[in-house]
Amino acid sequence: MEMNIPYTVEVRPDTGLQNGKLGVWLFLASEVMLFGALFSTYIILRTGSTEWPHGELNVWLGMFNTFVLIGSSVTMVMSWASLKLNDFRMHRRYLLGTLALSAVFLVVKYFEYADHFARGEGPWHNTFLAVYFTLTGLHGIHILGGMAVMGYLVGPGAKLYKKNSEQFTNRVEYTGLYWHFVDLVWIFLFPVLYLL
Amino acid sequence: MQSDPEAIRQSIRSYLKIGAALYVFTVITVAVNQIHLAVPFAVTLALIIATMKGSMVASVFMHLSHEKKWIYGALLLTVVFFIVLMSLPMFTTIDHIGTKSESAKAPAHAIVPPGAAAPESRH
Repeated sequence: MEMNIPYTVEVRPDTGLQNGKLGVWLFLASEVMLFGALFSTYIILRTGSTEWPHGELNVWLGMFNTFVLIGSSVTMVMSWASLKLNDFRMHRRYLLGTLALSAVFLVVKYFEYADHFARGEGPWHNTFLAVYFTLTGLHGIHILGGMAVMGYLVGPGAKLYKKNSEQFTNRVEYTGLYWHFVDLVWIFLFPVLYLL
Repeated sequence: MQSDPEAIRQSIRSYLKIGAALYVFTVITVAVNQIHLAVPFAVTLALIIATMKGSMVASVFMHLSHEKKWIYGALLLTVVFFIVLMSLPMFTTIDHIGTKSESAKAPAHAIVPPGAAAPESRH
């Protein structure tokens, strides 16, 4: 017996939303609390320490990665807008662009991590690096999660477009919401870890 | 979100403008950091710019500027709990439980040095 998930295309009368959209927003609310707890811990550790290292991180690499993630947010929203204009080819190009930019972000992060480890500066080295690796590590895992979903939408998940283009467009929108949140977290991580 | 092609094209223009603004604000954040301002001022400025950038992403890219009340309700609740979470560090600095206050400390002459005979108790 085939069971369909309700309200994936049409809006639910009581909320005025598709179930998926409300679900993603509730998930993002829980993510705010997850990162909020870590930011709060950072504040406690920082205000409680007598000295805090400066200049441990490469600001220019951090700035480059900020540009990369902002660019990926633009390509992500353009990917969704292309679907709204019924241009599937452009949608794929923008989504592949987003995937490529997220890979660039992770490659840069890999080189940053490798440089620290080569100097024996792991999370155990000092409180600042413990905070740095925890926050950027968790953020990196979120990037990987987003890439997995985008990979699915570019690959096997793309079949849905032919079957139900509106449902597919909604899936891309929800992925975009998540991706913009990941970008938003980095917008705060960059000044907090690299500049202050 | 509307599906009218002209409205979508207009939205695309605003996405590109916001993207450009985010780049400009990132450059400003780094430039301010390079001129080495006083720490409290630098922290405040960096966080103000980050909040502005975050608001732009949320309102335009995530379409929060025109969402349904259920989403605003969920986010309002999140903001309340987020503020509580961010206030926790403040509670740790005003919490003096377990630490002796100055008035509670014993006067110096009342302290008996180690090894000295304790005053005899009266019966």
